[in-house]
Amino acid sequence: MKNVYLFNNGRIQRKDSTIYLVFEDGTKKTLPIENTENLHVFAEMDFNTPFLNLMNQKDVNIHFYNYYGYYSGSYTPRRKKVAGFVDVQQAAHVLDLNKRLYIAQQFVYSAIHHMLRNIRRYKDEVEPFIHEITQLKKQVADATDIQTLMGIEGKIRFTYYQCFNAIIKNPDFQFTKREKRPPTNPINALISFGNSLMYTAVLSEMYKTQLNPTISYLHEPGSRRFSLSLDIAEIFKPLLMDNLIFMLINKKMIRAEHFEYIEEHICLLNETGRKIFIAEFEKRMSTTIKHRKLNRQTSYRFLIRLECYKLIKHLIGDEDYKALKAWW
Amino acid sequence: MQWDDLKANGLQVQYLKVCERKLWLHSHQLGFEDEDDKVQQGKVLHDTSYQRQKSKEVLIENLIRIDMMDKHYVGEVKSSSKMEQADKAQILYYLFVLEQMGIYRKGKIHYPKEKRVDEIELTEEDREAIPKWLAQIQQIIQLDKPPKKKKLRYCTKCAYYSFCWVGEEE
Repeated sequence: MKNVYLFNNGRIQRKDSTIYLVFEDGTKKTLPIENTENLHVFAEMDFNTPFLNLMNQKDVNIHFYNYYGYYSGSYTPRRKKVAGFVDVQQAAHVLDLNKRLYIAQQFVYSAIHHMLRNIRRYKDEVEPFIHEITQLKKQVADATDIQTLMGIEGKIRFTYYQCFNAIIKNPDFQFTKREKRPPTNPINALISFGNSLMYTAVLSEMYKTQLNPTISYLHEPGSRRFSLSLDIAEIFKPLLMDNLIFMLINKKMIRAEHFEYIEEHICLLNETGRKIFIAEFEKRMSTTIKHRKLNRQTSYRFLIRLECYKLIKHLIGDEDYKALKAWW
Repeated sequence: MQWDDLKANGLQVQYLKVCERKLWLHSHQLGFEDEDDKVQQGKVLHDTSYQRQKSKEVLIENLIRIDMMDKHYVGEVKSSSKMEQADKAQILYYLFVLEQMGIYRKGKIHYPKEKRVDEIELTEEDREAIPKWLAQIQQIIQLDKPPKKKKLRYCTKCAYYSFCWVGEEE
């Protein structure tokens, strides 16, 4: 199953059961719907409802990104995986603060584990930060409300970001502080773009399970549309995305020329840059590791699904949720 | 027997014989069959076998979906005979439901890939056993948690394998 990314403006046409992509320059391509799972639209495209109906039939999600490459929304086919029982349990675990805290703490522990895993390789240079994160980690267990937990997580992330300059030895990608909207320099632009991809990747896997993406534990449910996707993305951002960013910069695959500036202070990855980033992201998502419990080759993408499964098991009282901690 | 309280569908009877945990999960809308290659292959086999047969897919009482039915037999298509006992239970249950409605048939299980057809008849023993299966199904699906997982020889082939066996080591 594939993820298809569209960068060129044009029209999407359906003729019977075939989808044609007709681009502005007159080129015409067919879209292989049978093995497409997600369509990511980064360009300006026109389309009509017969197209959407076919996407519904073939279970293809369509994700839209705005001009800046930010995630703006999705068209997802009618949910086929629904389980009232899971919905009820999911909500029950939000309403009970202790139950909610347990799950939220698991997400934070996993994120910390993966952050430390990334920076430990540069131990000599970042020792004080490792120490600081290890100290802060002890407070996670004592947090008695979500706000405090979020605060600790924020401090840890701040400390973690301070290690970036030791890992990325390139003055073009100097990290000073995290800026989200809008990013003003290349490193922030990369992090923001990466987060968008991670978020949709988690959401797509979640749609294959019975989890309701609006009911979340670490992030406030309802504060953003699919906040459970943000929760689970916390686990995978440092494990998968940050590493990828370091690699792209250190191997000089992404360079200063891959960014453009709007009104002088909004920094964005340009089309070439996005293509390089996405190609490497897809490569990493399909990389497999041998799962020690399942004893099976498992892709990073499937690890996201497994995280959803473990959460369901917790919610229905089957097995306590322990978030992923990369062991390899 | 209060028939209405004991109603089950054919798959539930099959799952009872395969794995009680699968029965519970499936009955709580936790299905994992959609993305499973083996299940998809089974669907294709089902759709492509016996295309000349006139009465394919008969739905009875909004409850059981019989693959094929004629004047003498009801037929069910399966891709392998590995779950022979469970398949047999499923078709016995169909025969039983039909009998309650005054329809008398014999059963056939088709394993087209193995070029094998098993004939099945409802016995007096079955007529006594089936209500007990149904009671068992009710008992299992009313548990407030899924039954604990058990390692069975066919776990790795099951669509629920990843769900059941994923976990973390401390």
